[in-house]
Order: sequence, then structure tokens, then C-alpha cells
Amino acid sequence: METKRKKFGPHVGIADVVADGPSLVARNRELVSVLTAVPVLVAIVALATLIAGANLGLLEALIKWTPFIAEGFALNVAISLIAIVAGTIGGVFLGMGQLANATAVSAPSKAVTQFFRNAPWLVLLFYCIFLLPYEIEFGGEVYRVPNWVRASIGFTIPVIANFSEVVRGAAQSIPSGQWEAARSLGYTWSRTMLSIILPQCIKRMLPPWMNLYAVLLMATPLASIVGVEDAMTNTRTALQAESESRLLLPMYAYLLTWFFLYCYPIAQFSMYLERRFDIR
Amino acid sequence: MNTHSNGEDAYVKLHDVHKSFGTFKVLKGVSIEIAKGEVVCIIGPSGSGKSTILRCINALTEIDQGFIQVGDINVTDKKLDMVALCHRVGMVFQQYNLFPHKTVLQNIAMAPVQVLKQDRKEVENRARKLLEKVMLGDKADAYPGQLSGGQQQRVAIARTLCMQPEVILFDEVTAALDPEMVGEVLTVIREIAEEGMTCVLVTHEMGFAREASDCVYFTDAGVIVESAPPSAFFTNPRDERTKSFLSKVL
Repeated sequence: METKRKKFGPHVGIADVVADGPSLVARNRELVSVLTAVPVLVAIVALATLIAGANLGLLEALIKWTPFIAEGFALNVAISLIAIVAGTIGGVFLGMGQLANATAVSAPSKAVTQFFRNAPWLVLLFYCIFLLPYEIEFGGEVYRVPNWVRASIGFTIPVIANFSEVVRGAAQSIPSGQWEAARSLGYTWSRTMLSIILPQCIKRMLPPWMNLYAVLLMATPLASIVGVEDAMTNTRTALQAESESRLLLPMYAYLLTWFFLYCYPIAQFSMYLERRFDIR
Repeated sequence: MNTHSNGEDAYVKLHDVHKSFGTFKVLKGVSIEIAKGEVVCIIGPSGSGKSTILRCINALTEIDQGFIQVGDINVTDKKLDMVALCHRVGMVFQQYNLFPHKTVLQNIAMAPVQVLKQDRKEVENRARKLLEKVMLGDKADAYPGQLSGGQQQRVAIARTLCMQPEVILFDEVTAALDPEMVGEVLTVIREIAEEGMTCVLVTHEMGFAREASDCVYFTDAGVIVESAPPSAFFTNPRDERTKSFLSKVL
């Protein structure tokens, strides 16, 4: 099974894309309907529950605090975007390092990957918050490094390690014949990696990459523990300001809905891509 | 047609080549000499080291002991110039190994442009002519996955030819093909051979070995058991192992 997939994997992929031409439209339509229908439905149900279970005063409070929570949520999104971009770039290099022929390169790359992949995100976050400088001097001027920037770096580290494994796995799933053909055409290792192996990996890496992003975004409220004023912190602040215990459940349900509405389409899209490329 | 070459005019020379994978000795002292323009077939039971011989010639496999030379390039040199060697020795694989994310034309033209730094326009013109030659002139913009096995293998041959090598190694290039596609690929190889290209084939196509080759080598258990021009080899084999092998495959 494994060898068969290895042997024919890439060919099947391309053939599928071409052969599936007509049904692609139908699948797209199905995708769009699923993507839009489910979250909207959930949002309506959530809102209905809130309104039914609480009086209008509670709803008013939710609406009042929405801009404040949104402000925090923007920070969650910003942290996640910085971490995914930096983490992806770092992960590609670390992943290539894991695959290098020279043990001097591959051994440390593997060690770093495994160490940070198996470290709790919160602990890494604490390290970055407390070890990174609070201020940096650049061209005679002193800049304060905001908490959330240091938190972004804290989230980047596990993303690098996780993506490094994704890159390694994808590159190793490319049949060895591709390496041999490239070598017999005079390609060097790095040239083979960049123009032949990695381009073929992109479609294999896309679903796990999006999955990693969704996991990352859902981990960003951890930053509230180290004092970043994200959606979680702001929700708590709002609750304290209102000091109304009946608001506790609806408020957190409301926060969850925010995360859900942002993450669910991404998760759906990555599952769709997985089916589309038929990757297990 | 040349007869069996002697040492003087040999272009590809293997001398006493040894290779082990772990404790398994694949090659136990293989010596072969191939003249320019010669077509050589290597046959033998599976696991006898045929493919390893080819892979040693273009340095895909490093040898443990012995000496390999192609023209003025010493393949066993520690400071081997892979680009120079790949410009001289091309290889066609059993599984075609085309790059699935590139079109047929890109597959053929990419290495001469990227590795040999030749002019793109010129290379693409050459690639299109080669596609005509392998009877796939209309497939330049197709992707490998859209082609049949026989067509993919012909693209692979064109890709190798586009590097303008002096020698082409064919590693069981028809073994993965449906019977009706074997012919179209062999026709292309025969054409290339007739134009004077030095060809080394590992093959199970006895008909092709008999009709198109200048010399047949029989390998068994890591050694060359016997070599002769096909007329002599197929009608009058000397070694017992050769006789027994031929009685099974003919």
C-alpha cells in the first residue's frame, strides 16, 4: 500500500485534478454552501439562546462590549498571523535542515524540532515574555517591545517546530526517483529541493498547514495569562466592569462564537483540500 | 556496426568495480569497456547487479573499489564535477521519474537551462524538435500525469537527449510498460542508437538485445559471466549459467 502510493502518488494527483474538471464546479458549490451555512446557523442558534436565556439588558451589555472584545480579537489575529508567517519561513528552513545529508546539519535540526515540538506552548510563551528584552535600542532611539510582539515570538517557536515536521514528512513522501532523476540531470541537493521537491510538496503541506494555523489561533488566548490585552483579557475586563454574574456564561459563549466563526471556515477549507488532493 | 571493443578505443571503462550494500556484495569485480557509438545490452537474473552497474557509471551509486572512466572524466574522483558528468552521461529510468508539477516541455528544457545555463529559447527549440522525434510533438504543454506510460517514457528519453549526452544509460526502461507500449519505446531507442549514440541498456527484451545491440553482457551474482556479440551470445553461449538463463527467457 505504502509503496504503491509512493510510486504513483504524484501522477495520480495531477491526473485527478485534470480528470475531475467537470465535477469540480459541483464540489465547489457544495463547499461554499457548507462553508457559509453551518457557521451562520450556529451564530443564529447562539444568539437565539442568548436572547431567550437572558433578558434584554444582558444583550445590551454584549453589544456594548463588542468593540472592546473585537479590539482584543484583532490582537489574537495579529499574533496568529505573525507567528504563522515567521513560523512557516523558519519551518521550511528547519525542515530542509532535517533532510540534509550532512549530519552536522541534520542532527541539530532534528534535535531542535523534536525539543520544541514536545514543549508546552504556554511554557515557551513564558520564556519569551520574560527572556526577551522589554526595550530595544535602534539608531540611538529606544523602542518599547509590546507584550503582544513578544508573545508572537513565543508562538512562532512551536509553529517552526511543527511546520518543520510537516516539511520533512512531505518531502520524504516524494518518491526517491525524483531525487535520482534530478541528480542524473546535474541538479545539486539544494537546487533539487527548491525547484523539484518543495514545489511538489506544497499541495501536500497545505492541509496540515491550515490545520496548524487553526490550532495556533485557538492557542492565542494563552497570551492573556502573560498580560496581553487580547479578546480573552478584554472579555474578563468587561465582566469585571459589569460585575453581573448572569453575564458570565453568555459573555464567554459570545467569545467562543468569535473564535468559531474565524476558525471554522479555515478548518472546513483544509478538510476540503484534503479530500481534493486525496491525501491521508 | 562495431564489434566487441578492445581497450584502446573504449569511451566508458569500468575496471574491477566492487560495491556492497551493507554486507550484501552486489558487484564483485566488474570490468566493462564500451566504445563510442556502441550499443551494449546487459542482461541477467534480477538481483545480479545490472542496474547497479548503470548507477555506478553516472555516479548515482558510489563504488567501494575499482575505477570508472567516461571519456576524460574519472567518475571515481573525489572531486567529481557532477555537471560535467551529467552533460556527458544521461540516464532513463524504469519509472520514468518525470517531474509531475512541470509540463512536458518544461521537463525536457529545465535541466539544460538551469544546470547547463544554456539559452532558454535555443533549448526550447531543441526540446520541441526532440518531442517531434519521439512522436509527441502535440504534447508539449501536457502534464506527465495525462500521458500513458509509453508516452511518459518517451518524454523521459527526450529529456535525457536534450542534455546532449555522449552516452545514455537505459535502466529497464520497458519493464513497467504494458506490452503494446514496449514497441513504441524500443523504436525510439533503436533510432537513437542508429544515429550513433552510445547506449547501455539493462533489459529483459531479448529480441531487442539480439537485433539492435553490438555486444551483450550477461551478469550473475555480481560478476560478468560472459560477453559476446549477440549472434554468438544467443546461438552459442559458453557458460552453463548463461545457457540455463537463456533457456528460461527465450
